[in-house]
Amino acid sequence: MCLGIPGEIIEIDPDQPDLATVEVSGVRRAINVGLLSDERLTPGDWILIHVGFALSKIDEEEARSAMAFLESIGQAYEDEIAALRASTLDASPQTPAAGTTEGSEVAQRGSDGVLRGSEGAR
Amino acid sequence: MRFVDEYRDSDKARALAGRIAALCEPGRTYKFMEVCGGHTHTIYKHGLEDYLPEAITLIHGPGCPVCVIPMGRVDDAIHLAGQPDVIMTSFGDMMRVPGGDGSFFDANAKGADIRMVYSPLDALRIARDNPAKHVIFMAIGFETTVPSTAMTALRARTEGIGNFSVFCNHVTIIPAIKAILDSPDLRLDGFIGPGHVSSVIGCAPYEFIARDYGKPLVVAGFEPLDILQSIYMILRQLAENRSEVENQYARVVPWEGNLKALDVINEVMEPRAYFEWRGLGFISHSALRMKNTYADLDAEHLFQVPGGRVADPKACQCGEVLKGVLKPWECKVFGTACTPETPIGTCMVSSEGACAAYYNFGRFTRSRVKEATVRHSTAQGVQP
Repeated sequence: MCLGIPGEIIEIDPDQPDLATVEVSGVRRAINVGLLSDERLTPGDWILIHVGFALSKIDEEEARSAMAFLESIGQAYEDEIAALRASTLDASPQTPAAGTTEGSEVAQRGSDGVLRGSEGAR
Repeated sequence: MRFVDEYRDSDKARALAGRIAALCEPGRTYKFMEVCGGHTHTIYKHGLEDYLPEAITLIHGPGCPVCVIPMGRVDDAIHLAGQPDVIMTSFGDMMRVPGGDGSFFDANAKGADIRMVYSPLDALRIARDNPAKHVIFMAIGFETTVPSTAMTALRARTEGIGNFSVFCNHVTIIPAIKAILDSPDLRLDGFIGPGHVSSVIGCAPYEFIARDYGKPLVVAGFEPLDILQSIYMILRQLAENRSEVENQYARVVPWEGNLKALDVINEVMEPRAYFEWRGLGFISHSALRMKNTYADLDAEHLFQVPGGRVADPKACQCGEVLKGVLKPWECKVFGTACTPETPIGTCMVSSEGACAAYYNFGRFTRSRVKEATVRHSTAQGVQP
């Protein structure tokens, strides 16, 4: 649970600024970004996520490095990602859509293990 | 190692290793503790000790959240789970941790409802979905996970969810480091400071280590080069007779930490007078509990908790491993009676535990070879 998983902000709900749709390892999830409220997050920013909460804003280079670390540790990372996928993170009654926006189940990572940004649109 | 630039990194590592060797005083030995289990993982996975001069020994510290939970607290959680209409939740790592009377998995086999969750917010959702039940989140972890528990408690309060509470087992890293510094067992020359914990608490809380104990501490990232770079920075301080807190991981860790996270923690929780750590014993002000103003969200206020002490199994030497006094493979049951599949001690349960990391990755490192030649022990016995 101490693993920090990098994710890219896709969308921030203007009505609930604590909630962001984040792409994590090829899956879109609602992530609580309330602890980074001073950072003025915008789509395309990268964050480091711990147990459903973003703790740090990072750059893309660091996201790649964090992902390389996670992949290097093998099973623990697999378990963490499996848990995150199973999680219904913050899909509260007020936000039925948040957290259920499933992205592709296939991680958007090349065979070289490099993390790709979503849709390569940035 | 699946870096695209694996070979370039390997060259960089060798270059750094050369600079590290050049800084070592002839005839002097160095013991550095990496506090965080994530660092332990990187060190074993990438065989970093093989890059270092013989004079440097890396000591694995207590920074594995699951590893430091004493057996009595596991029993307490199982007791809470046994109360009528209670659903207990915790992180997956906790499920296999043995208590005095078995693990959470064992308790479930006997009829308890203990569920693993990825986030405390999942536990809150289970509470929302099960209004006739009371859902307890067994909160564990250092400052990395504390803000998430505190945020979840605030959310429960805001939403008026009345059937949710926290069984708080959060621990704080600074008192543990102080306990290790005050322990006569170990003489350390410096610290590789934890990365993610520091992104919450910042770097200033470590300053007493440099000021009062005269030991350098360098907050480090998780890549192999980060750790080598941090070792170089510690050695450079020692060579220049300095002891300071330096931040090698500034790309993630702000010097002041995450002020919002610290505010949220202070709103919801306060230090306990003391808390038992596996292996380290009772350490004052080393853990957090829910404040009285959040008693309605505090499982220890809402339910009777037995609070018994349970001695670790005699064969288990997790305590010595957590203090850095023993290396994982020096434990009598390492790899034989105690394996990740059938753990006796917590250090083998969690992926962040030194024993699990060593078992999975570290078998062929320098220290392993050294150990085999020095101790003539049954090297075959520790192979899985």
